[in-house]
Amino acid sequence: MQELLQNVRLVPIEHYIWLSSLLFCIGVMGVLLRRNTIVMFMSIELMLNAVNLLFVAFSAYANKPEGEVFVFFVMVVAAAEVAVGLGLLVMIYRNQNTTDSEALQTLKW
Amino acid sequence: MSTTEILLLVCLLAPLSGAGLLLILGRSLPKAVAAVFGVSFIAISFIAALLLFMQTSAESAAFKINLFTWFSAGKLNVDMAFRYDQLTALFLLVITGIGSLIHLYSAGYMHEDEGHNRFFGYLNFFVFFMIMLVTGANMVVMFAGWEGVGLCSYLLIGFWYKNNDYNLAARKAFVMNRIGDLGLLAGLFMLVNKYNTFDFEALQNAVAGVQTGDAYLTTATACLFIGAMGKSAQIPLFTWLPDAMAGPTPVSALIHAATMVTAGIYLVVRTHFLFSLTPATLDFILYIGLATALFAATIGLRQNDIKKVLAYSTVSQLGFMFIALGTGAFATGFFHVFTHAFFKALLFLGAGSVIHALHHEQDMRFMGGLKKKLPLTWITFLIGTIAIAGLPPFAGFFSKDEILAHLYAKNPMLWGVALLGSLLTAFYMFRLYYLVFHGTYRGDSHSASHIHESPWTMTMPLAILALCSIVAGLIGIPAVFSEHGHWLNHFLGKLIPVHHPHGISHATELTLMGVSVTAVLVMVAIAFRVYGQGKVVPVSAEEETNPFFRLLADKYRIDELYHFLFVAPFNAISQFFGKLIDAQVIDGIVNAMGSLAMTLSGMLRLLHNGRIGTYLLAMTVGVILVLAYNLIF
Repeated sequence: MQELLQNVRLVPIEHYIWLSSLLFCIGVMGVLLRRNTIVMFMSIELMLNAVNLLFVAFSAYANKPEGEVFVFFVMVVAAAEVAVGLGLLVMIYRNQNTTDSEALQTLKW
Repeated sequence: MSTTEILLLVCLLAPLSGAGLLLILGRSLPKAVAAVFGVSFIAISFIAALLLFMQTSAESAAFKINLFTWFSAGKLNVDMAFRYDQLTALFLLVITGIGSLIHLYSAGYMHEDEGHNRFFGYLNFFVFFMIMLVTGANMVVMFAGWEGVGLCSYLLIGFWYKNNDYNLAARKAFVMNRIGDLGLLAGLFMLVNKYNTFDFEALQNAVAGVQTGDAYLTTATACLFIGAMGKSAQIPLFTWLPDAMAGPTPVSALIHAATMVTAGIYLVVRTHFLFSLTPATLDFILYIGLATALFAATIGLRQNDIKKVLAYSTVSQLGFMFIALGTGAFATGFFHVFTHAFFKALLFLGAGSVIHALHHEQDMRFMGGLKKKLPLTWITFLIGTIAIAGLPPFAGFFSKDEILAHLYAKNPMLWGVALLGSLLTAFYMFRLYYLVFHGTYRGDSHSASHIHESPWTMTMPLAILALCSIVAGLIGIPAVFSEHGHWLNHFLGKLIPVHHPHGISHATELTLMGVSVTAVLVMVAIAFRVYGQGKVVPVSAEEETNPFFRLLADKYRIDELYHFLFVAPFNAISQFFGKLIDAQVIDGIVNAMGSLAMTLSGMLRLLHNGRIGTYLLAMTVGVILVLAYNLIF
């Protein structure tokens, strides 16, 4: 276990931060720019995992287990969210025959 | 509880139970039953008052019943307490005695009216409040009675509520009385502020050390007198009383002649220990009374409505009572209340009998020659007229003469003015009498055949009141005729310090009497010459050619003056606030708020375009802004 942590620490912390920030931004861009709802979902997952990566990195550097524990919670919530979200997607597809988010514009004003 | 206390409670509560019974069950009771109830509850009260009176002598001590503590706040404690003393005794006799007679009379007078049962309910209610007024041991209980009689007066003036003029008259009476009541309340608050008690007895003890002419007390008593002005129809608050004649005639007799309007005099007599300390207020009362007595008497000269003449006569006589109070002769003021109650109730009831016989005709121009057709009404009315004119040995002579004697002792000039007022009284009353009962009938011939004397329920009270009008004056025989003849002064002596008109000898007093009686006889002769033959018939106000008489017939246009001074400006202000401030400014602000919200939301709702992308972008930008804000600041 300690060895693993050592290996994590081989890469400087800045790199982790830059990587996860990049991943997070890619996720945000994906949500904002893509119109396919399935891809938007995947982008959300990407944002979550970017955060998870940061948690793990900080946890290793600080030599504290809390960050890793928190990652598990994030994963659980993400799994639950995906279950609901995919359910919604299935219903949208059945009603609209598409997963394009532009098709969902009737709820306004 | 002793017997006397129980009797006082019976006296107080009998009319209340009658009122409750009649007002709650009134609709389902047959008229005859309601009338019997109405009359008998007051009769019970009268019997109780009589029994109480028989146990009372000049020496008996006052007693007080404390039912419960009404409210207490801080050091102030107000009890629901009632007090019985010599003054209360006499007032109770007048209220319940004349009250019973008028209830009996109403049984005949109101027999055909659809509101018959309601009428008796209100009348009982009135008597209850009037008894509360004169028995209240503190000013708060008295004030409750005071307002209660005002309420009943309002209800009974507007009794025929389908006629809107009557409703307006009722409202006028109510509003005018409220103006006076404001003064009364101010006076009460001033007293309680300084002396910390509402109780009459405690108040009397509290002011024992106060110097005569104390400025604070003078203001307080002046305020109290403003209350009395409203209730007892003195200048400038008298205009409601003539309009109050819109009510049924028994109401005019009971409330607006014999009892309620004398409440102002009662107030002053009851608190005489305050007024005697404030000579300035007494002078004020004297001049107001004098002005009212003369002013109302002149209006009475040119009125054609039989009840209006009597109403102005009442205002004028109330003025005389205040003259007596103003000279400091409190017992004399009460003496005139006492005699006036009998003969004015008699005159009103007599007028009611005439009105009843003529099927609600009140205009004297269409009366005349009723002497033969209504013999009992005629003879009793004549007695009442002589009594009010002040011819010996009828009741009015004694009380009026005592007032004049007190006034002469104070200032012979004022005596002359008051004498003029009493002569005018004699003139207009005999004018009324001749126009109604002498000459020939001036109504249409069809109705002439239907004129008939009233039923016994109406004539019996007339007869009893006529008898009282003859003998009531004998309770106050002046010292000129009999050294110890003044029973009233003796009876009230313990309560009210009686002062004799000092400074004038018996010879002067006799001369004064001679002058006034001769002058009254001359007035009667003039009235007979002008109106006695039935040749001169008064014209309506519009046809009057003499400008002064026109002014009198128009009641000096006081109503118009008040309308111009108070009502019109008030309406103008209301219009200004209603049409401009409220409709434009207030509504404008409220509507502007509404349309602002509408416009803004109309613009903002366009953001809500239904595209998920837009919402997500807005959220992201928002989050970034929040983070940026946190980072920067």
